[in-house]
Amino acid sequence: MNLTLKVWRQKNNKTKGALVDYKLADISPDMSFLEMFDVLNEQLITKGEEPVVFDHDCREGICGMCSMYINGRPHGPKDLVTTCQLHMRSFKDGDTIVVEPWRAAAFPVVKDLTVDRSAFDRVIAAGGFISVNTGNAQDANNLPIPKMQADAAFEAAACIGCGACVATCKNASAMLFVSAKISQLALLPQGQPERYRRVQSMVAQMDAEGFGNCTNTGACEAECPKGISLENIARMNRDFASAKFISEETI
Amino acid sequence: MSGFGNALSSSIGRKYVMGITGIFLILFLIVHAGINSLIFLDDNGLKFNIGAHFMATNWIIRAGEYILFLGLLVHIYQAVNLTIQNRKARPEGYAVYNGSANSKWYSRSMGLLGTLLLIFLVIHLKDFWVVSRFTGIPTVDANGNEDLYAVMKEKFQDPVRVVAYVLLMISLCYHLLHGFASAFQTMGWNHSKYNGMIKRASVWYALIISIVFALMPIAVYTHLID
Repeated sequence: MNLTLKVWRQKNNKTKGALVDYKLADISPDMSFLEMFDVLNEQLITKGEEPVVFDHDCREGICGMCSMYINGRPHGPKDLVTTCQLHMRSFKDGDTIVVEPWRAAAFPVVKDLTVDRSAFDRVIAAGGFISVNTGNAQDANNLPIPKMQADAAFEAAACIGCGACVATCKNASAMLFVSAKISQLALLPQGQPERYRRVQSMVAQMDAEGFGNCTNTGACEAECPKGISLENIARMNRDFASAKFISEETI
Repeated sequence: MSGFGNALSSSIGRKYVMGITGIFLILFLIVHAGINSLIFLDDNGLKFNIGAHFMATNWIIRAGEYILFLGLLVHIYQAVNLTIQNRKARPEGYAVYNGSANSKWYSRSMGLLGTLLLIFLVIHLKDFWVVSRFTGIPTVDANGNEDLYAVMKEKFQDPVRVVAYVLLMISLCYHLLHGFASAFQTMGWNHSKYNGMIKRASVWYALIISIVFALMPIAVYTHLID
């Protein structure tokens, strides 16, 4: 395959960036999108140019590191895949592919296609955990919640924190991510003692990071590589109301 | 920490404000469309004028009018506020943004649709509300009620106004299409047994309200009713 890439190059978060054109020839349709970038980078290094910096780690679609905005969509044109699991067969010979970093005030560009997503870490640190108290082991045969609820918690926990929801949201809102992290614990018995404190702390941190506000367009759910449901945002909204207007616990 | 103020100034709190005022305005439109539909009885506006007279004189309705304006202003204020925040959340936009791949255009254009509705509202209030409350309705009907229907007939002789009203009802339709279901989601009323129902109700509500309103200027202009 022969391709034209338009890649966002930006030295650091202080300088302005721009799209730069690269021509690539003989790309195998079986390559992953990141492998195609590896080919590009090797060519750039051979020519003595600076390679394109991009985030990646497991390349198995489970770590949440890869983060390219491809032709106007996070993780490219296919549903339920991350950029590393996107293959060149999803494109046509002769295509022009525009690759940009996630764009949000809360995700400043570090270099080229790499953005700083530590805002997500700070949201998790604000309350996305359970405090484990010591004591005897629980009864192994105890079934404290129904299977359906456990499944919903599992589905929320599938969030890999890649930030595609923020990237695609027209408001750069992080509500799908934050609500998944809140829901996964709010649905489990272990999460109950801190449930209403957690939703307040995590939403407060989300607001402090400068993410936008949700307008229920549903773009996040459609683009999420893990299929996290909008139902989680509704649950977060409910829990937030309970916490603020009913619970006596404040943060 | 002051609880409620803090809650309402958070991102989710602001959404509640949009949702609650939105639901309030949705309920208002049902009343408004219902009473205005009396013109379709084709009785030269007699029943409609009785309705209009009641709405103009009943003290509960008059008090409600203040709450309605307050709700509307809060809805607009919060929308502007949220839009500014959302713009700030993405200072540098994408070179290529394929929004249609993942969401409906009207769900991404609520600000634009709302602005069109605000412009409409200014014209609409000037056309009818200012006349009935302040400058006075010039004639009375056979029952001796102020003839608001005559004002309506006179205003809708102007084809430009009729076309503008109908076009803006299309933007109302799309605004409601997203707003109705969106309010439920914001309030946290998302439930697998009811989601389908809410979506369908949202489509029916938006269509019925906007078609009923759009038919009024059309019916008067074309003399389908007299």
